[in-house]
Amino acid sequence: MSPESLCGADIVIRSLVDQGVEVVFGYPGGAVLPIYDSLFKQNSLRHVLVRQEGGAVHAAEGYARSTGKVGVVLVTSGPGATNAVTGLTDALMDSVPIICLTGQVPTHLIGNDAFQEADTTGITRPCTKHNYLVRDVGDLAKVMHEAFYIAKSGRPGPVVIDLPKDVLFATGSYAAPEQIEHKSYRPQTQPDSAKIAEALALIAKAERPLVYGGGGLINSGPEACARFAEFVRLIDSPCTLTLMGLGALPASDPHFLGMVGMHGTYEANLAMHDCDVMIAIGARFDDRVTGRLNAFSPGSKKIHIDIDPSSINKNVRVDVPLIGDCGEALEALIEGWTKVAPKRLPAGRQRWWKQVEAWRGRDCLRYDKSKKDIIKPQYALERLYALTQGRDPYITTEVGQHQMWAAQFFKFEKPYHWMTSGGLGTMGYGLPAAVGVQVAHPDALVIDVAGEASILMNIQEMSTIAQYRLPVKAFILNNQYMGMVRQWQELLHGARYSESYTAALPDFVKLAEAFGAKGRRVTDPAELDDAIRFMIDTPSAVVLDVAVDELENCFPMIPSGAAHNEMLLGPEDEAKKPVSEEGMVLV
Amino acid sequence: MTDVERHTIAVLVDNEPGILARVVGLFSGRGYNIDSLTVAEVDKTNNLSRITVVTSGTRMIIEQIKAQLSRLVPVRKVHDLTDEGPFVEREMALIKMAGKGEPRIESLRLADIFRARVVDSTTESFVYEITGSAEKLDAFIHLMEPLGLVEVSRTGAVAIARGPGKF
Repeated sequence: MSPESLCGADIVIRSLVDQGVEVVFGYPGGAVLPIYDSLFKQNSLRHVLVRQEGGAVHAAEGYARSTGKVGVVLVTSGPGATNAVTGLTDALMDSVPIICLTGQVPTHLIGNDAFQEADTTGITRPCTKHNYLVRDVGDLAKVMHEAFYIAKSGRPGPVVIDLPKDVLFATGSYAAPEQIEHKSYRPQTQPDSAKIAEALALIAKAERPLVYGGGGLINSGPEACARFAEFVRLIDSPCTLTLMGLGALPASDPHFLGMVGMHGTYEANLAMHDCDVMIAIGARFDDRVTGRLNAFSPGSKKIHIDIDPSSINKNVRVDVPLIGDCGEALEALIEGWTKVAPKRLPAGRQRWWKQVEAWRGRDCLRYDKSKKDIIKPQYALERLYALTQGRDPYITTEVGQHQMWAAQFFKFEKPYHWMTSGGLGTMGYGLPAAVGVQVAHPDALVIDVAGEASILMNIQEMSTIAQYRLPVKAFILNNQYMGMVRQWQELLHGARYSESYTAALPDFVKLAEAFGAKGRRVTDPAELDDAIRFMIDTPSAVVLDVAVDELENCFPMIPSGAAHNEMLLGPEDEAKKPVSEEGMVLV
Repeated sequence: MTDVERHTIAVLVDNEPGILARVVGLFSGRGYNIDSLTVAEVDKTNNLSRITVVTSGTRMIIEQIKAQLSRLVPVRKVHDLTDEGPFVEREMALIKMAGKGEPRIESLRLADIFRARVVDSTTESFVYEITGSAEKLDAFIHLMEPLGLVEVSRTGAVAIARGPGKF
């Protein structure tokens, strides 16, 4: 097919359509008007108008993480681009494939401090996987297709394409995407077979193995997750998942120990501390997982499967690094296992499972149920989980205590159903992310588990929810505090609650109504089930304001600077194990 | 494991706008040291530039630096010359001396010993060009200081592996 002549803006739209994009999250402005004009003249692409550009990126992240597709954002120059920066950083930290198209002033004005000019490629260089400034319309089609390839291949991430207005008006040739052979960027997906053999030999001899899976499994896709589950069962090892990896192994699987890390379960963290072979798959030994590094899993040999070579040996030195896609690595491991699988499991394995069961028996997620007149946040989530069973809900969260409780009390059976801001910890992520999830799954039950402080950071997206009649549910655990800030102030700063109390919260019921949604507030535990049923049975958007115990803390907790076996299980441990001075300076 | 090592790393990159900023930003953003950094186009047909970075850190940090450099999309190859066998490392400096009389003559004698060349002269100044290892340049500059040294301009190190092998 001979190349066609199109204007730059049409090339942008055509590339998106040819890349299989169905929906773009965006906000117009002067520099991107030509693209909005091209959008107006076609019917293949849907545009979702957000209320702030930051919301557009989070919505695209929610869309991407709940579908496995690339999320696309379209914003204008200057403030449009700078507002997108938090979302881009979030997507970079959590490896979410995003294409962000930013308008730019015409090329002859670049560098002149023109109206709504910002050095977008300069600002976004450290918060994207890659970025482009397209100065010539002749490069546009190639850059568009290459950007998609970079965003979704290897370790996925956000890619910014900065588009000067004159380039959008200029005429250039368009060619459909072909197989992309990038001159320098070639992620390794196939793992080294010698290393696979080395890993298998370690696993076969392991008395106390632990599989530690992360968000890379979700990025690798449902098939990789299925292989992961198969592998865990095959080698009959306890398995934990990171915050980003929840859903990679069905939570109901008896091998699953719950989430690992700062607010992970007792059994997961102690198994990590005491195991003799750790098999890390698509996880990156984040500081929220490892705790104090010099006390991290001291007696284990570590196998690390990751597609990003820079994740290997970054925080923790590993014994067998395996660079490649986790799906392919797991396939090779499963195939190899049949050859090396011992007839009888090592003698210590039974003792290990016994030990794991003993840790499980501590029931570390238990909480005080004695007060009958106040809703415990944990109880609220237990009930939300119980009452949404069979509805295949998609859960997004904001950031803080409610996020950790959601991770602890919601049981995820499959990937793509849990959208949360892990690496960057972006308050305000959940509501716009829910917009993106709902756009991708119009008939699904989509719930933003929120805190009253976080949700206010992007509350303007209620207007987007109204415009597109999205039946998003906001489940607010309202304790009137920035709960996690308050918890740290209690543990580390002598309960001096400096600026963590929100004195003038809105009436969330009226707020919901102002945006055309239904609102309800619940304060009595006896009425909670009814309120949750009202929320999930209402066909439109609902804000459920759940007044919860204001001073509840999130446990278990590994305080910063502590090791896995020094975790606090509940309020009774707080006084016994004060946080060290070294721990205080950590985040 | 925790000893600080000094490494010379050669990075072959696509010569495109912003690539130097990407490399420099990576070092500053992640808190790595840059002892010296040089860059210039080396292959016009394929539009390639070569960056030579001299950096220091523990073994774990050095490995991390190489992995992070390789992750940048326009980076084609990363070679740790220090690890990969013998290599030649050179730096050039232009050194301006001002003054008259005996110190001026003395600087000329020392320049001769160091094989520095005079590339500009007036009746009261010289500019020397000197090439060699960073240590040699340091030594020469140190000797010039009491003799009327007024200005130094250094290129930073460039390096290449010994033998017939190609990068």
